[in-house]
Amino acid sequence: MAGTVLAEVQNLSRYYGSLRAVNDVSFTVHQGEILGFLGPNGAGKTTTMQILSGNLAPSSGRVRIGDHDLLAEPKAAKRALGYLPEQPPLYRDLTVDEYLDYCAALHRIARGRRREAREAAKAKCGLTDTGRRLIGNLSKGYQQRVGIAQAIIHLPPLVILDEPTIGLDPIQIREIRALIRELGKDHAVILSTHILPEVQATCDRVQIISKGNLVLSDTIDGLARHLKSAALLVAFRQTPAIEEIERLPGVRSAAVQEDGRLRVQHDPGLDPTEHIVRVATERNWGLKEIAPERASLEQIFVELTTTEPAAPEPGNA
Amino acid sequence: MIFTIAWRELKSLFLSPLAWSVLAALQAILALMFLGRVELLQQFQGQLLAMENAPGTTEIVVPELFGNAAVILLLIVPLLTMRLVSEERRNRTLPLLFSAPISMTEIVLGKYLGVLLFLLLVVALIALMPLSLLAGGTLDFGLLGSALLGLALALAGFAAIGLFMSTLTQYPAVAAIGGFGLLLLFWILDASGQGDARANVLAYLSIFNHYQPFLRGVFDTGDAVYYGLLVAAFLGLSIRRLDADRLGG
Repeated sequence: MAGTVLAEVQNLSRYYGSLRAVNDVSFTVHQGEILGFLGPNGAGKTTTMQILSGNLAPSSGRVRIGDHDLLAEPKAAKRALGYLPEQPPLYRDLTVDEYLDYCAALHRIARGRRREAREAAKAKCGLTDTGRRLIGNLSKGYQQRVGIAQAIIHLPPLVILDEPTIGLDPIQIREIRALIRELGKDHAVILSTHILPEVQATCDRVQIISKGNLVLSDTIDGLARHLKSAALLVAFRQTPAIEEIERLPGVRSAAVQEDGRLRVQHDPGLDPTEHIVRVATERNWGLKEIAPERASLEQIFVELTTTEPAAPEPGNA
Repeated sequence: MIFTIAWRELKSLFLSPLAWSVLAALQAILALMFLGRVELLQQFQGQLLAMENAPGTTEIVVPELFGNAAVILLLIVPLLTMRLVSEERRNRTLPLLFSAPISMTEIVLGKYLGVLLFLLLVVALIALMPLSLLAGGTLDFGLLGSALLGLALALAGFAAIGLFMSTLTQYPAVAAIGGFGLLLLFWILDASGQGDARANVLAYLSIFNHYQPFLRGVFDTGDAVYYGLLVAAFLGLSIRRLDADRLGG
């Protein structure tokens, strides 16, 4: 994973008037890495992506793409990146082939190699049969693919995708995610999203941004640790007395939730799952379901952005 | 790179019915005016022959035709330039250009050149009308050439102004109306100068005052420079406006 550094962001800030959209953000992206950029709406994800792609000038800070400074040598830096904005920049009155040829030309691919580049990008994005169709007539999922094809046609080392699965149906989302993982093998990918499972499904590393500040930068396993709160959700056919559960080793407290499940908080590192299962069989409670509680993205934000990481309140999980 | 963008603009003009209808309407209107002048010529041919120092065929047909052509194109050019940037902004396709290894200058010059190529095609089509008179006589090629050059320069100015208006907004209609208003303003600025470019500053700024000499067959470097400055100024403003997109917000 620790390949060459493809993008380096230093102390990036961006103001819209007096509104601080991005505040002193620094990070690096290495070759062969899929970096998830996670944050709620309005956290500064898109602003950061726009700055990285050269669409927006930062108020302060430096961006290096490959060996080139994005502000000092924009042309050389932009050669090394492909960008898919939130809304794919498609000309609806062109066919897929015409559009991709134009993109190839804009990215200074020599005339003789454009066809080859176009076909390769189409093959990667599953567009082989749609070359002669008008972009305006394609479905949203296929338009998104054309957008991705546009971003990778010149084989840039760094690909920036801003919310690439927004507005797609579940099957299309799966396909696009598979495509992004495929891209991660040859390119470094920065993926911005507000959907937590998307990051877990596709990324190697994750950064969480909240109100313009980078609040977490970790591997995907590190994120999983944050996600696991010290609680279990258990469902029985015959719910036992709470005291019986609370007597089990490791259990701190238990409470019945609105949906009938028991929420069992336990000491971190002392998972009482086995005890609960054993006791439930012995006493014939009829255990139906037992699972560790997953913190939602909001809870992680709360945990990361408040100085004292408080345990989530029972009942709102 | 400039030519890639220019070619794409030219092609997209012809992909919509706009360019075709503009060419058809313009050609029809100017053809009627042209025929009117030719008819006039026929009517007074006898008297002209009797006159000493009579105006030639070219002198009767060309200045009138090209003067009208410029006025009609003043109305039409904003319609051709309105979509250049505003539509890309509205469809959010500008990031494609901004994240490609192209400078703002190249983007603006490319878009300008695309429209300019189309307008040169318009000039060529208009030129065909007086040239058709060659079937029955000769022409004053000096006067015709000067008029063609004047029209081409005036259109280059119109296009630069239209392009600038298009960079200001995301609504093509607003760009068209703004461009039309600005062009008309530049056209009528000479109200006080009465057709003399040297009368005062406002008269000097008028596009009309710098177009008239070309129609009389007078090529003044000053007039050509005026159009050059006009184009450079509005292209520069367009580049700055697009740069502000990146800086501002």
